[in-house]
Amino acid sequence: MSTPTKQEQAASRYSSGVAVQLVKILILAVVNAAAVFVGMALAADGQWVPLALLAIGTVLIDVIYAFPNRFLPGKYLAPGVAFLLLFQVFVVIYSGYIAFTNYGDGHNGSKADAVLAIQANNQERVENSPEYPASIAEKDGALWLVVVDKDKVLAGSAKEPLAEVKGAELNSLGAVKTLPGFRVLTLAEMLPRSNEITTLKVPFSDDPADGFLQTPEGTKAYVYKPAIVYDKAADTFTDKKTGKVFRDTGTGAYLADDGTRIEPGWMIGVGFKNFEKAFGEPTIRGPLLKVTAWTFGFAFLSVLTTFALGLFLAIVFNEPRMGGRRIYRTLMILPYAFPAFLSGLVWAGMFNPEFGYINQVLLGGADVDWVNDQWLARLSVLIVNLWLGFPYMFLVSTGALQSIPDELMEAARVDGASPWRTFLNIKLPLLMVPLAPLLISSFAFNFNNFTLIYLLTKGGPRFTEASIDAGATDLLISLVYKVAFGAGTGRDYGLASAFAILIFVVIGGISYLGFRQTKTLEDLA
Amino acid sequence: MSVSTPRDLPSQRRPSLGRWFLDLGWRHIVGIVAVLFSGFPLVYVLSASLNPAGTLTGSNALFTKFSLVNYVTLFSTPEQPYARWYVNTLVVATATSLGTVFLGALAAYSFSRMRFKGRRLGLMSLLLVQMFPQMLAMVAIFLLLTVLGDIIPVLGIGSAVALIMVYLGGALGVNTYLMYGFFNTIPPSLDEAARVDGAGHARIFFTIVLRLVAPILAVVALLSFIGSVNEFIIASIVLGGDPKANTLAVGLYAFVSQLFNSNWPVFTAGAVLAALPVMILFLFLQKYIVGGLTAGAVK
Repeated sequence: MSTPTKQEQAASRYSSGVAVQLVKILILAVVNAAAVFVGMALAADGQWVPLALLAIGTVLIDVIYAFPNRFLPGKYLAPGVAFLLLFQVFVVIYSGYIAFTNYGDGHNGSKADAVLAIQANNQERVENSPEYPASIAEKDGALWLVVVDKDKVLAGSAKEPLAEVKGAELNSLGAVKTLPGFRVLTLAEMLPRSNEITTLKVPFSDDPADGFLQTPEGTKAYVYKPAIVYDKAADTFTDKKTGKVFRDTGTGAYLADDGTRIEPGWMIGVGFKNFEKAFGEPTIRGPLLKVTAWTFGFAFLSVLTTFALGLFLAIVFNEPRMGGRRIYRTLMILPYAFPAFLSGLVWAGMFNPEFGYINQVLLGGADVDWVNDQWLARLSVLIVNLWLGFPYMFLVSTGALQSIPDELMEAARVDGASPWRTFLNIKLPLLMVPLAPLLISSFAFNFNNFTLIYLLTKGGPRFTEASIDAGATDLLISLVYKVAFGAGTGRDYGLASAFAILIFVVIGGISYLGFRQTKTLEDLA
Repeated sequence: MSVSTPRDLPSQRRPSLGRWFLDLGWRHIVGIVAVLFSGFPLVYVLSASLNPAGTLTGSNALFTKFSLVNYVTLFSTPEQPYARWYVNTLVVATATSLGTVFLGALAAYSFSRMRFKGRRLGLMSLLLVQMFPQMLAMVAIFLLLTVLGDIIPVLGIGSAVALIMVYLGGALGVNTYLMYGFFNTIPPSLDEAARVDGAGHARIFFTIVLRLVAPILAVVALLSFIGSVNEFIIASIVLGGDPKANTLAVGLYAFVSQLFNSNWPVFTAGAVLAALPVMILFLFLQKYIVGGLTAGAVK
């Protein structure tokens, strides 16, 4: 930089100062506006704890940025920390909370939501009730039901209860033909959307007990009322036909005396139930223990095999007189450059027992069942991970090897140590100094190597005795995913989060050991 | 070292073939075997993508036929909008990478150049946080975004913006430490001089420090980019429902797993196109990445 005059300096500082200030104020304004918007929505929903946290966060950000040249570290840390707190720290705490609830399919919301949903789901047509000439209309992207009730015209949607509308023009059948503000659908338009139309339930009022209008074919609407009646005072549901009474017995659902329950239930805290389930029910405990053992085994064997091959190759290629080392090196690290998500899928194709390259060509049409045999599937996972991981180990081992002074090897040789002894007693310990932390993080990484496992085997073959979707190559992390989001056995967020907590504990232990080993913390200046 | 060094060789004689083999030749054999192992699946994918046979079985005959039909199919099937996935992936990965570099650099600057209460604790917490991958909290992320989406639809499930935000939540944990070390190698006297000249902290950061640390910014940007391209689990939770919103990882997985045998050739064409840019980027910037690796990044 050339040295500007004092005036120039002052001028440039001034102009950039103003621009920076303006940008700052603008960004702060946007942040505050967004906070107010979200805050209003939270308040309307009665979510007071998130609202309080939001308010504290916003005030903090305002204070940090409002004063120039104060809270400097805060100014630089706040943006990253905000994301970190919300999407890494908060979600972890929230996982901890979910692990102690019955959150999942059938227990998705609050009790009030469940009561409304039960009434809305269990409707039956009221016998001998009047029928209304009906039309289907569209407004703001939602479907509306427009009916003629004697001399009045009523319109409502799934969200908006029926209300009178004016200015309708009727057709020859007595149904509405045109309506200002709405676009009335023709029969041809209704046909492809018949599924939406027949499931459209338009409430008479905000209370679902008042019933709904539904139209089975789109031209006539009928009155539907709950077949299971809610008694607010007693907090029970009664089935009108059978007279069966369903009560809230503290299990997060309405249960009858004979044990039948009405869906949906709602979310409640269940204490340690998920953990009891994980360790108590044999159909979960057995698979969970096997998966945990395999997770450790996989992570350990992954590190061992990739490191052994990588180090071996690094030693082989650590010979300056060897020609073509660069070409070998570049070709060997290709798997590392290949996107990891594709590796799993590509190898899944190659390992396909019926059509895959490995069985059909490499093994000459052999019938090796890489998919359904537990141990073969595990072997295939290790082979693929060796392919994926050895280039990394090769690269870091090469780096570490080159940092060992030649004199040391020389001295060992002069002393008459055999090559193998030199390697074992001198080279390996020296290599471990820089490599041990990398091996530990490699272990932690493979402990959660979801992408490889899920894309290669989906965790299969599935244990036959398991009541959850757990298989021989599943890691704890893929088990969490399948229990939480799997298609097969229904979503159980509570149990999945309980598994996630287990992983946390394990990783916490590993990183504690890792930190103690590497003394990283002491290096923090 | 298990083999002899030049000093041990008789200096007058050219080494014999046997001698050469014991010394160097076997290393070439090891090298060729290693290259076959590492390169073979990639050759197979390339061959399968060019083979018009149309099934996984037909793909086993390597380089017997040549046709671009799989690539044409890839871009002409509306149910699997491959081009959209590609664009989505680029958008998500680029935004995440830029955001990560920016947030990480801000934090690393304050840790490296400022002394404040809680600094050591902050660094330690980051080190600790980075041990716990975000995906462990996948259930909570899903539920949080479901709630957020009810309030602000653009931050809900199915939105790329939401996915980028989640990825940025992991920005500090993984990268600040890497950057912090590099920032420390830039002599503070440089920013001192600028301060004496009257530059403010923001000016020093944006115009002086950021330029000096450009190499580490490039490494972090690249690692973050490749990381987001590869990320499957959170992307599938956040974007999984809508084919048009998918990234390559989620989209290609869904596509190939629904009909493994018959979708295979088209999938391999998609895989080749998805892998090429990443691999080229990687090989060109190898030097920097390897530097970053030893500093603690793991794939």
